[in-house]
Amino acid sequence: MRIHLKIWRQAGPNASGRLVDYTVEDVSPDMSFLEMLDVLNEGLIARGEDPVAFDSDCREGICGACGFLVDGVAHGPDPGTTVCQLHMRRFDNNDRLTLEPWRARAFPIIKDLVVDRSAFDRIIQAGGYTSINVGGAQDGNAILIPKPTAEKAMDSAACIACGACVAACKNASAALFTSAKLNHLGLLPQGQVERYTRAAAMVQRHDAEGFGSCSNEGECEAVCPKEISITNIARMNRDYFRAMLISRE
Amino acid sequence: MPLDAKIPGGPLAEKWDRHRFESKLVNPANRRKYTVIVVGTGLAGASAASSLGELGYNVLSFCIHDSPRRAHSIAAQGGINAAKNYQNDGDSIQRLFYDTIKGGDYRSREANVYRLAQLSVNIIDQCVAQGVPFAREYGGLLDNRSFGGAQVSRTFYARGQTGQQLLLGAYQSMMRQVHRGTVTSLPNREMLDIVLVKGQARGIICRNLLTGAIERYAGHAVLVCTGGYGTAYYLSTNAVNSNVTAAWRAHKRGAYFANPCYTQIHPTCIPVSGTHQSKLTLMSESLRNDGRVWVPKKPDDKRRPEQIPETERDYYLERRYPSFGNLVPRDVASRNAKSVCDEGRGVGDSGLAVYLDFGDAIKRLGEDVIRMRYGNLFDMYKKITDEDPYRMPMRIFPAIHYTMGGLWVDYNLMSTIPGLHVLGEANFSDHGANRLGASALMQGLADGYFVIPYTLAHYLGSHSFPAVSTEDEAFREAESTVQARIDTLLTVKGSKTPRQLHRELGQLLWNEVGMARNDAGLRRTLERIPQLRDEFWQNVSVPGPKNNLNKNLEYAGRVADYLEFAEVLTLDALHRTESCGGHFREESQTPDGEALRDDEHFTYAAAWEFHGVGKPPMLHREPLAFEYVKPSQRSYK
Repeated sequence: MRIHLKIWRQAGPNASGRLVDYTVEDVSPDMSFLEMLDVLNEGLIARGEDPVAFDSDCREGICGACGFLVDGVAHGPDPGTTVCQLHMRRFDNNDRLTLEPWRARAFPIIKDLVVDRSAFDRIIQAGGYTSINVGGAQDGNAILIPKPTAEKAMDSAACIACGACVAACKNASAALFTSAKLNHLGLLPQGQVERYTRAAAMVQRHDAEGFGSCSNEGECEAVCPKEISITNIARMNRDYFRAMLISRE
Repeated sequence: MPLDAKIPGGPLAEKWDRHRFESKLVNPANRRKYTVIVVGTGLAGASAASSLGELGYNVLSFCIHDSPRRAHSIAAQGGINAAKNYQNDGDSIQRLFYDTIKGGDYRSREANVYRLAQLSVNIIDQCVAQGVPFAREYGGLLDNRSFGGAQVSRTFYARGQTGQQLLLGAYQSMMRQVHRGTVTSLPNREMLDIVLVKGQARGIICRNLLTGAIERYAGHAVLVCTGGYGTAYYLSTNAVNSNVTAAWRAHKRGAYFANPCYTQIHPTCIPVSGTHQSKLTLMSESLRNDGRVWVPKKPDDKRRPEQIPETERDYYLERRYPSFGNLVPRDVASRNAKSVCDEGRGVGDSGLAVYLDFGDAIKRLGEDVIRMRYGNLFDMYKKITDEDPYRMPMRIFPAIHYTMGGLWVDYNLMSTIPGLHVLGEANFSDHGANRLGASALMQGLADGYFVIPYTLAHYLGSHSFPAVSTEDEAFREAESTVQARIDTLLTVKGSKTPRQLHRELGQLLWNEVGMARNDAGLRRTLERIPQLRDEFWQNVSVPGPKNNLNKNLEYAGRVADYLEFAEVLTLDALHRTESCGGHFREESQTPDGEALRDDEHFTYAAAWEFHGVGKPPMLHREPLAFEYVKPSQRSYK
């Protein structure tokens, strides 16, 4: 099949960008979306043109490197799916698609569809861990964790930090990302010691990075490729509120 | 120079303790004066950076990704082994040691493997304390499963995302050290050379992938933790950015490359669907617990699977290996899939696949039970192939998955370059000729959390370090070498893309240095590789800017290195005329077609010394002594 694309091309962080038209011929329905872009790039390289820059690595939906907007939807139309796992059979011959990078003040564009997501690392640096050093950890079975608690923590821990939640949010909030890590650790006994200081530190870092506030639209949950629930945000707000009270004691 | 593995004396079980006691320490107040360069942020690199940061060293951590959390360790599904014996089923350090030695087909070092088995128990404790959400039983204890044909349940797991959760644990520990100021995280950088001063590894040259700037970094030691070389084959289960470049450039500066012919081919991957394909997707081998592998008895049988009656199906693994059946080890399952396809009995459009059939299991257990056990894998399969494995058998085929070979290291994980340490899949590892399931995560974390903090301290504490500046001649020379190579890539302006050339190389290696290898094919390959390499340097097209993000330029550099590396890979396979583990030489098999080792001539690790591109490398042998386990023929009949 044939696919018509409008792709955001921007040469660098400070360059101005624009949408450029491309047509990709001989698209197989078995191709992933990124393999279709590989084919486009192969053609550009053969003609001596600068290929379209986009991030990707594992191409099996787990590393979180890939992601852009397909017709305004983060990771494209399939729910619970990263764009590397979106397949061309989802589209029809002669479909017209617009590809744009994540758009958020805290995610400056680096080039074409690639954005700078280092703000996520800095949010984790603020407190997304348990403060224990290597060596001398007690026996793993000395900490009993109810199965449902472990499962819930795992649900939150499944976040891949792709940034789709930010791209989908009209406030460009990273509340879903931040709350997923807070709840992964906040649900487990190992994370209790620093639960409230962690909540305060990570939320404050989130705000300082220029992400917006959550206004409960639920767009983030709708596009999340790992289907992380917004109940995480409710729990984060509770912990943050409590943290603020504790800090005034 | 004879290869000295520096294995400590004393009985096997006491070697590591004794070695730790005899190792030098670095005074806590002095540690911050030492700068340690860690390249790569997978399980090995991130765990090394965080544990060294905790101790107070000044750590510089580099990765090619936009964030340290994206390394391909994240894609490991199955789990991590540990000799905890929580299940009271007869496991022990001794048994994990024995299983790993045997699984590696008696081509690994006893002392290293024993240490790995010892440290496995500490890893689980450490990861639990970090908050890794391992699966639990209803009573709150850690759950275990049996994996990869092991007869005990020693595998810990976090759904199908164990690698992800362990990597995030290490990443978070590392981010904590970044916050404390002991670790500096330098993402978006690719190591393109290592700098030696007076014979010691004292720095690296990187390309800043966002700005194109060539940067110099100096330190007291360099840790290369950059994974394996599976993408030499183009199609593999590795990530598309995985590469051999850092290891290869270190090799060119004097680090020996050991056992490159030991490549692991995983039997349960989704088959290739066309030339557009950029990577292969692995499905956990736990599928073989309930799925039955078969092909039609007749060659060129183009009927749909449901039209082929039971009597005309060949359940070839069950037929040939009555006691292990569908659960034979990875290398055996892969080779058998290849041989039935070679007989023309492969299925699907390409004829390069076999069926993995859950029909019987669904009849016996019901669809719900199968959904509970494998639901996520079935969904993934359906997403990629558009076929419903609940209704028709899956099609599977082997794919390159893990590489046991790598830079040669001694017991201290130090390469033949003083100060250059190599951790995780990048070293020639503890896995011998074949790695068992759920052992890669174990090795990466053992190296980073528990081995390198001791052995690196000993190195730093027992050497003197002349002052080094990045303005020194050695840095200048290395930078200009790197710069010249990049400039050449940009000026060829040929007509083939790096991907086309990479695909050609990959196809060549897969056909001749893949699941089965023979003398004639390997010799043909050794003739073909230099031709491909010449074509690359005469006809590659690398458009786009030099001083900006240019992924095609990065990729071209990696393909160029693979075109050099492929020769030593093939040469190693040619020289080892025995079959062992992941290396199967057609000339060396038992009368019924099983791998036949030649212990008399090949009980050694082959370490190759670089002598120039296109020139034959020199072979050094590290003899392997088996004092505690007696090598025997592996049999899964």
